[in-house]
Amino acid sequence: MTLRNRILMLLAAVAVLAGVATASVLHASARAEQRDQVQAGGPKVTAGRITLTDSGRMVFRNLAWGPHRDELTTVPANAPAGPRTASGVKCLRFYAASGTGVCLQAVHGAVTDTYRALILDAHLKETARYDVPGIPSRARVSPSGHFAAWTAFVGGDSYAGTNFSTRAAIVDTRTGKLTPSLEAFRIIKDGHVHHAADVNFWGVTFAADDRTFYATLATKGKTYLIKGDLKTRTVTTLHTNVECPSLSPDGTRVAFKKRVPGLAKDAPWHLYVLDLGTMRETPLAESRSVDDQAVWRDDHTVVYALPGDYGADLYAIPSDGTGKPRRISTAAVSPAFVRP
Amino acid sequence: MYVADSRAGAPGVTASADGVARPPAGRRRAAVAPTVLALGTVSLITDVSSEMVTAVLPLYLVAGLGLSPLGFGLLDGVYNGFSAVVRLVGGHLADRGGGRHKWVAGAGYALSALCKPLLLLAHTLTPIGLILAADRTGKGLRTAPRDALISLSSTPETRGRAFGVHRAMDTAGALLGPLAAFLILRATVDGYDAVFTVSFCVAVVGVLVLVLFVPGASAPPAPSTKPKPPTRLTPPTASAPPTAEPDKAAGPAAPPPVRPTLRAALALLRGRDLRRITLCALLLGLATISDSFVYLLLQRRLGVPDRWFALLPLGTAAAFLLLAVPLGRLADRIGRRRVFLAGHGALLLAYAILLTSWHGPALPYTVLLLHGGFYAATDGVLMAAASDSVPEELRSSGLAVVQTGQALARFACSLGFGAAWTLWGDRTALMASTTALAVCAVFSLTALRPVREAVS
Repeated sequence: MTLRNRILMLLAAVAVLAGVATASVLHASARAEQRDQVQAGGPKVTAGRITLTDSGRMVFRNLAWGPHRDELTTVPANAPAGPRTASGVKCLRFYAASGTGVCLQAVHGAVTDTYRALILDAHLKETARYDVPGIPSRARVSPSGHFAAWTAFVGGDSYAGTNFSTRAAIVDTRTGKLTPSLEAFRIIKDGHVHHAADVNFWGVTFAADDRTFYATLATKGKTYLIKGDLKTRTVTTLHTNVECPSLSPDGTRVAFKKRVPGLAKDAPWHLYVLDLGTMRETPLAESRSVDDQAVWRDDHTVVYALPGDYGADLYAIPSDGTGKPRRISTAAVSPAFVRP
Repeated sequence: MYVADSRAGAPGVTASADGVARPPAGRRRAAVAPTVLALGTVSLITDVSSEMVTAVLPLYLVAGLGLSPLGFGLLDGVYNGFSAVVRLVGGHLADRGGGRHKWVAGAGYALSALCKPLLLLAHTLTPIGLILAADRTGKGLRTAPRDALISLSSTPETRGRAFGVHRAMDTAGALLGPLAAFLILRATVDGYDAVFTVSFCVAVVGVLVLVLFVPGASAPPAPSTKPKPPTRLTPPTASAPPTAEPDKAAGPAAPPPVRPTLRAALALLRGRDLRRITLCALLLGLATISDSFVYLLLQRRLGVPDRWFALLPLGTAAAFLLLAVPLGRLADRIGRRRVFLAGHGALLLAYAILLTSWHGPALPYTVLLLHGGFYAATDGVLMAAASDSVPEELRSSGLAVVQTGQALARFACSLGFGAAWTLWGDRTALMASTTALAVCAVFSLTALRPVREAVS
């Protein structure tokens, strides 16, 4: 084949492939308009004001298509399927307690996305912001509103980057003092000080005393429930095979996702509740794999997200292992219940 | 950033190769063979394609599919070992029957290309893991034949430059890929499907450039060297009567007189030069901690702000890109051994700086410059150096042996470093690797002294 012919062949192929590539980009960008359209039969969303101190309400990230997609939205906690009020503040993940909110956001840059955590006051005004080192996944605020925590996935650096690690950060919202990674804390594992390069923390949940917290620690291929102490900066392992713990409002139990043998590798988790007094585990009546840090609506009900038509839907289930899951809201994720 | 583990860097024994030392007719010493440029273009395009996917994969898993990507880490080690073995197979296949380098490399590129659209169909961890494994198999398959083609199509005295040009183009692609991916994500809504589709199209262009513009035969070794019998390092026992004249015509046709066997490839290690190069690559690899650890140390010990963390690998790549050609040329001029060892000197210096308590703002730049310089001085240079000690008919296998040895050594080092970190803490672990690296470098300094240093 002459050089000329080869060049012509290449150009022809490049033209075809460029066409395919352009079409796929256009197709994907056309979805933008689609997503700005309100979906038929979807929840009604209107703009309005949100205060994080209005008790009896659920605040969450709205995933319903339309102009308010991804915004913090509120509904009455006892009518979660009803009309939504959207705030204009966009978050990937969110949590709030006692008039303090934490909002994990993506910042779209020219070359790459970066992420940040905003601390919000009761009127969703930003009071502080922190860099988040990777894709954020979990967010929590202590019951007092004095501490906030978040977890980010930090990507690996090698080809086909399949090495992930997590960083869990805690900030004192009164002083602004940030602990960028819980790995700075002393780890007591099975009664001994534990050093390891492979430790990962995620899924912090706070107790009401502004000192105690719980989280997941992963090391050497196992996960542990740890109890942390903000004063002594120490974490202690309590129990194995616990991920994304969530402390009940009365502080006696932890809802968590447990890796159950025999399930698919990509969907290995079932929801359990662990009694911290007796260390007894109770499986919840949810047969699907749940990959979320559950939230307690009250002392008897746990709420969590499962994948749905528009990203995720919220489900509620009794915390004592009885009953069955009930879908309380579609196209919603990251709920926080504002308590009196 | 894949600058990391998979590639080689190593000793620059410039040939005891007789004919090699004295460039017969210094004709066009400034130019790089068209084949090298074509292969560089293929690598550039392919890297744009693969790094597009790499850059968005975590985001896709977490934000797009809602998975926790943690489970993935478990499979990673398996892939690494697998990829090293595949590399030997690719090298061997390419040598068998002679002149098959192009087609084995092409198969590797094509396999990786096909994996991209498959990502569109996979929505759970297991199939995604399998697709990524196939992608890596393609990468493992193509690397050794491609490097053999580069070395076979350049003159021995300009090989360093040829590899430098190739690595620079390759790295440019690795830098452009993420940029392209994020531009697409910017222009779309959850446009992961578009990223994968575009990545596929780009990968196909790469394969086409290879098929159309890279000569099929293990081309005549280059204008200036007369096809000389590879007398020097012919394995004492096996195979390879010193004939093996390069077959002209493209493609798998025209089998050469010798059928290179795996045994012949391993027998190469009996040759003094290649054995020493491999040994040094291995030893130095055992003291080369993986890139992730370097970035982690940089961040932890010296307080690089979180938001810059993702950019650290880009710093290494940029330095690699800028320095690959000049250091390749330098290797041709003053000897690959020296440049290769100097590269490890740069790495040693980077480790040493990480051990000091210096906190200046220039610190990350200095460390990343040294780190990128280390790759530029070792990655292609090792291949150039090893090429001199491997007869043409076993070129691909020989290079694969060196690469695999080095890759496995680095993998072992990662495991060891992780363990040391666990036992002693990061500082002591780094101190240990720094010491080990210094010892290995000193050993290499003597071991790599060639019979006759071929300075051109």
